[in-house]
Amino acid sequence: MSLFAEAAQFLTDPAHWTGATGIPQRLLEHVGYSVLTMAIALVIAVPLGLWVGHTGRGGGVVVGLAGALRSLPTLGLLTLFTLLMGLGLMPPILALVLLAIPPILSGTYSGIAAVSPALVDAARAMGMTESQTLFRVEIPVALPVILGGIRNAALQVLATVTIVAYINLGGLGRYLIDGLAVRDYSRMLAAVVLVAVLALAADAVLALAQRLVTSPGLRSTGDRP
Amino acid sequence: MNWLTNNWPAVLELAGAHLMQSVVPVVIGLLISVPLARLAAGNRWLRPLFVTGSSLLYTIPSLTLFVVLPLILGTRITAVSNVIVALTLYVIAILVRSCVDAFESLDRDVLQAATAMGYKPARRFFGVELPLAVPVMIAGLRVATVSNISMVSVGAVIGIQSLGTLFTDGLRRSIVAEIVVGIVATVVIAVVLDQLLRLLGHTMTRWQRTGTAAPHASARRRDDTGDGADTGGARGAAGALATVESGGASA
Amino acid sequence: MTEMAIRYRGVSKVYPDGTTAVDNLDLDVPSGSLTVFVGPSGCGKTTSLRMLNRMVDPTSGVVEVNGQDVSSIPAAQLRRSMGYVMQQSGLLPHKTVEDNIATVPRLNGVSKKESRANARELLGSVGLDESLATRYPAQLSGGQQQRVGVARALAADPPVLLMDEPFSAVDPVVRQDLQHELLDLQKRLHRTIIFVTHDIDEAILLGNRVAVFARGGRLAQYATPEELLRAPADDFVADFIGRDRGFRSLSFENAAVALQPVTVLAADTGERTVVGPGSENPAPWQGTGAAASSDWVLAVDERRHPLGWLPVRSGGEAAGREELRVGGTLWHEGDSLRTALDAALSSPSGQAVAVHEDGSVAGVVPGEDVMRAIEEQRATRHHGAEQA
Repeated sequence: MSLFAEAAQFLTDPAHWTGATGIPQRLLEHVGYSVLTMAIALVIAVPLGLWVGHTGRGGGVVVGLAGALRSLPTLGLLTLFTLLMGLGLMPPILALVLLAIPPILSGTYSGIAAVSPALVDAARAMGMTESQTLFRVEIPVALPVILGGIRNAALQVLATVTIVAYINLGGLGRYLIDGLAVRDYSRMLAAVVLVAVLALAADAVLALAQRLVTSPGLRSTGDRP
Repeated sequence: MNWLTNNWPAVLELAGAHLMQSVVPVVIGLLISVPLARLAAGNRWLRPLFVTGSSLLYTIPSLTLFVVLPLILGTRITAVSNVIVALTLYVIAILVRSCVDAFESLDRDVLQAATAMGYKPARRFFGVELPLAVPVMIAGLRVATVSNISMVSVGAVIGIQSLGTLFTDGLRRSIVAEIVVGIVATVVIAVVLDQLLRLLGHTMTRWQRTGTAAPHASARRRDDTGDGADTGGARGAAGALATVESGGASA
Repeated sequence: MTEMAIRYRGVSKVYPDGTTAVDNLDLDVPSGSLTVFVGPSGCGKTTSLRMLNRMVDPTSGVVEVNGQDVSSIPAAQLRRSMGYVMQQSGLLPHKTVEDNIATVPRLNGVSKKESRANARELLGSVGLDESLATRYPAQLSGGQQQRVGVARALAADPPVLLMDEPFSAVDPVVRQDLQHELLDLQKRLHRTIIFVTHDIDEAILLGNRVAVFARGGRLAQYATPEELLRAPADDFVADFIGRDRGFRSLSFENAAVALQPVTVLAADTGERTVVGPGSENPAPWQGTGAAASSDWVLAVDERRHPLGWLPVRSGGEAAGREELRVGGTLWHEGDSLRTALDAALSSPSGQAVAVHEDGSVAGVVPGEDVMRAIEEQRATRHHGAEQA
């Protein structure tokens, strides 16, 4: 148990909370890589998922693609891209984007595809154009599922960003890799605890956001008078 | 390919280790989750506890568990058992939730009919509830297995041997082929296990397949959209009939 | 000549797999009428309806609404000019009731405030309380959801209303309410309504005119409900309308029957009086006359609403309350012969009890009188047919 005490000491040492290798800086890097990854993945996967879900074309391809991407080991891609492209920000971001795409893509696609055909029919019958049907009916109704996929992807990215330290980048994984190199387990422990706290906090924030943007009409089936 | 021909015994060994680390947790996790889920299903106290607990557990990054578990279990940090325990926890996190849903969504009429026919609780569980929950369990198992195979390689970062070792080693020694072999082998294992599970589910759920619907049913369905419900019902009935008549082999 | 709101000219719909959904349809629907498309499943009735707002485009032929070929109007614009009510209400689950009703006005650029105020007004006209405005569809019963669906279809004040099996998913009691409310609504609004159903009774109850579709998308008969029951065009229609056709056709005959006086017994005071046509106040019971010679007296409550029949014993004494035979439907003056016959047949005394608007007893109609009236109607009709 003394390791936990040492880890706690590491975390509470004021010296570790300042400077270029301080916890705030590492935290910022960690979140920064994650946000960049998510932004790129969202730009690719959301429009694709919306298009496939709305038109119903290529659904099988999307499910297959998401499944294939899911089975790719991120550490393998990370090391491969680094060898092929050299050190830098892009190789890990590319590997992480490939990690983030499947949950976002399948969440968006399946959310839209699961919207009741009768509802879409009603929207069209009322005189909504295709884009109005998508943005006023399908997306709002599918939003909980879409956001669920995004939340899932964000958690995976936050957790996996830890390994970019393996190719000499920053983030909270830095403490883990450096600690491992010198057999300083307390530092490793501090690092993974920080990552776990970050993940839990991010999940809570995303869950709250999910709740806020979801219309009460989509969850209130229980309180019928 | 030269690299592979020179190193295939090592690759095979790592693949075996990888397979072991991803499959053993699935088996142990399944054996623990099913009774837990059955206890939690419909239980006012256990259900929220297990469901919330498992979603929280799933939020904790795998690398965190790999590092923290040795401290709790007293194992070495590079021990394979850390990975197995950590991944077992993830499997439980996935399966408990889906199994609770599966048990709770069982048709109450079917269960009451089973009891009325004289099934005792244990017999009813193994004879009726469990087989009916199989489709959902298989779906959960497939997700757990594929994500396990991917997570196992992360252990290589802290020195646990698996196909992930090919990535860390390949990067250190700048051998692209080694990494590519690792990626391909991981994907192959994932695809093969996933398909095996799919087949297993397929053979275990013959009753679920309703057979191919009579061709005219689909034509009629489009013929008059407003009557979709009617023809849909007819389709289901026709399908069920086909299953009875052909012993389910039509699909 | 009535103005035609909707015209189908040689309209067919054939799917690529060769299935014919609608086969060379020619049909004119007059403005302001409620027209029902009825038929078994797969007869093309819904397809025909959906051609009106271009949810389905015909393979050949022309569909005109208010004199314009619908294919010349952009689909979205056309659809916003028609109300559409469907089976599963199709309400947007993420929007409140008032915002659901306001959907089409909002699409047309009406302000949120104005369209919501209008939505609240519409709630009243479909029999819903304004307090439901801020509820979500999932918090409403099936019947309430359908009412909101009707309100939403009316929100943009469209001259044409398309209703695709709107009441078939709700339970029978609620369905009856909804049907009668629709008739009331139509009395006030006079829209051109096309109503699709597979229920012939619903078609006959609601329709000014009924189009019966047969399998293969053939229009088998297009007529008033009365004509349909009296003279089905072919075996298919006769079969589809089903049994009791003759009986049901009596619904369209106004009963030209004279009321007879009846002896009533006030249940609270035990006082006997005679109630009959022409007498505003009940005449005292004399123990003589037609009304008095009956074997039955009608027990009434203090408001003179009928309670049931009591047999009269040989001594002229009415039996005690324990022998009260309840039951029997009631007949309002002006109701159809079908109601009169039903009231007579279901009455223990063989006499139909006629009541005023307020529910008090007006008199009775003996079963023989109803039968005679039916016979006279038949004779007149045959006579008329021969002359024409």
